[in-house]
Amino acid sequence: MIKFSEKSLQEVQRIISFYPEGKQKSAVIPVLHLAQQEFGGWLDVPVMDYVASLLSITPIEVYEVATFYSMYNLKPVGKYLFEVCQTGPCMLNGSDDIIKYIDDKLGIKPGETTNDGMFTLKTVECLGACGYAPMMQLGKKYREHLTKAKIDQIVEECGRSAVTNN
Amino acid sequence: MGRKLLLDKAHIENIRFYDVYRREGGYRSVEKALKTMAPDVVTDEVKKSGLRGRGGAGFPTGMKWSFLAKPEGVPRYLVVNADESEPGTFKDRYLMEFIPHLLIEGMIVSSFALGSKRSYIYIRGEYAWIVDILEQAIAEAKNNGWLGKNILGSGFDCEIYVQRGAGAYICGEETALLESLEGKRGNPRIKPPFPAIKGLWDCPTVVNNVETIAAVVPIINEGGEEYAKIGTGKSTGTKLISACGNIKKQGVYEIDMTISVEEFIYSDEYCGGIANGKRLKACIPGGSSVPILPANLLLKTAKGEKRMMTYESLADGGFATGSMMGSGGFIVLDETQCVVRHTYTLARFYRHESCGQCSPCREGTGWMEKILLNIEKGKGKMSDIDLLWDIQRKIEGNTICPLGDAAAWPVAAAIRHFRDEFEWHITNPDDAVRRNYGLMHYADILTVVAS
Repeated sequence: MIKFSEKSLQEVQRIISFYPEGKQKSAVIPVLHLAQQEFGGWLDVPVMDYVASLLSITPIEVYEVATFYSMYNLKPVGKYLFEVCQTGPCMLNGSDDIIKYIDDKLGIKPGETTNDGMFTLKTVECLGACGYAPMMQLGKKYREHLTKAKIDQIVEECGRSAVTNN
Repeated sequence: MGRKLLLDKAHIENIRFYDVYRREGGYRSVEKALKTMAPDVVTDEVKKSGLRGRGGAGFPTGMKWSFLAKPEGVPRYLVVNADESEPGTFKDRYLMEFIPHLLIEGMIVSSFALGSKRSYIYIRGEYAWIVDILEQAIAEAKNNGWLGKNILGSGFDCEIYVQRGAGAYICGEETALLESLEGKRGNPRIKPPFPAIKGLWDCPTVVNNVETIAAVVPIINEGGEEYAKIGTGKSTGTKLISACGNIKKQGVYEIDMTISVEEFIYSDEYCGGIANGKRLKACIPGGSSVPILPANLLLKTAKGEKRMMTYESLADGGFATGSMMGSGGFIVLDETQCVVRHTYTLARFYRHESCGQCSPCREGTGWMEKILLNIEKGKGKMSDIDLLWDIQRKIEGNTICPLGDAAAWPVAAAIRHFRDEFEWHITNPDDAVRRNYGLMHYADILTVVAS
């Protein structure tokens, strides 16, 4: 049975209160973010159906949103998702090398996940951090001015935090 | 040293928090507007200021506000566009991260002018941590009586909410943004009706960029006429420029639109010159969708005049020999960069971001991406260049929203100014995969006659 925690349910109510009465459909994008965070980093169909029921909209209204926006993962991803920007300004500052380095280091191409389910590499388009290039998004934060040494450090950090959290 | 109106206090420690912001003179414009001005007078001041939309299109803000329909009994909305996604642009992020109360203050005054009791900030989903910063600023403003019911005893009620997007460049287009705010796919609407008549939930709506709304604060504090004295011609006030690419000092700079492009790139006050002692090859001065210019045309116009960092001067010569101020995303390419590869990454970006509604854009962007990749990899044919030109021309102007134009322009400009580099890739396929074309003649100051 899919159900948000009490805390998340309160957050859903807070988000719905942003909109005039009867316009709770507007909450679908932020609530899907919440669902992705709470239910394993991706949006399975039952999760989307649950969001639809919470907002009193039809499941298709949720699917069409979930499939449009690039931040929703429609397939499982690793515990740590490296979203590396590859657009113009990052390319000018060496993002191609960073992507290749992650590929070599973790043995995963863009779109792939390591066998242990720890890391997924995803190439993304401009994240609005062009002056801090090359960069990637990791969870809620940006990691900027990336170098090979910084990648080593981030990978190590993730490994440590995975151990602590288990 | 140029005049700063938005970021002059951004470096003050803890200016992110209400107490410091207020101590530094924050929220004075709300007091002035709500206590001494009628809503229409606020709009008049914005008109007098000559402020132009800072998101990219440069449309006069006061005029946009005056188009807002005001039928009895129908709510009106102000929506702030914080869906900053144009490659090269990261100025709104800076403003929201470091001085969020400036945006909130500008929103309260603007909401008062427009009669919006419920105003929204639509922020790109990836700026997740900035949502927390904004929500904290909103809570602080509310706790101190700047939001809520009957603000300062004026009888005006206002609430501000933040909505996160989820990764879609198209949502920066105002009608796509409204669709997204309504909880739908970000498919742009056919205009007219314009949002001023039929916007959010079919109600009259004004959508403005973050920087535009922040600029309302100094306009009200100093008066529209004073604001209009800063700058040059129709480029009034200050503009945030986010500079990136191969320069020494990447970052966000506030300029008063009186300096030249050359000064902006080479002076230590701004970009500090090209990184690693290299030479300037080309620049996209206003975000990825505006035309790229080779160094010679960037620093001087076709008429041989110094090119200035103003709306008019950057556009001087039209698309034949000029570009645009756009969003202020200033991308610099040094002599070692490949224009074909750079254009390819932009074409890939637009293919990825096309919403798919209009076939010229949906099909054309993907086609251009494939051809550019072929040329870049040394697998192109000479006829590909004309084909690219043909495709971009068939996208431009043939789509519901400007994303089609935004995808077409960079390709057109790259071919227009760097055709020899495309040809070199095709005639020297082995070299093309091993090394870049380099600088060639682009840095020489040429006399180019506008066609």
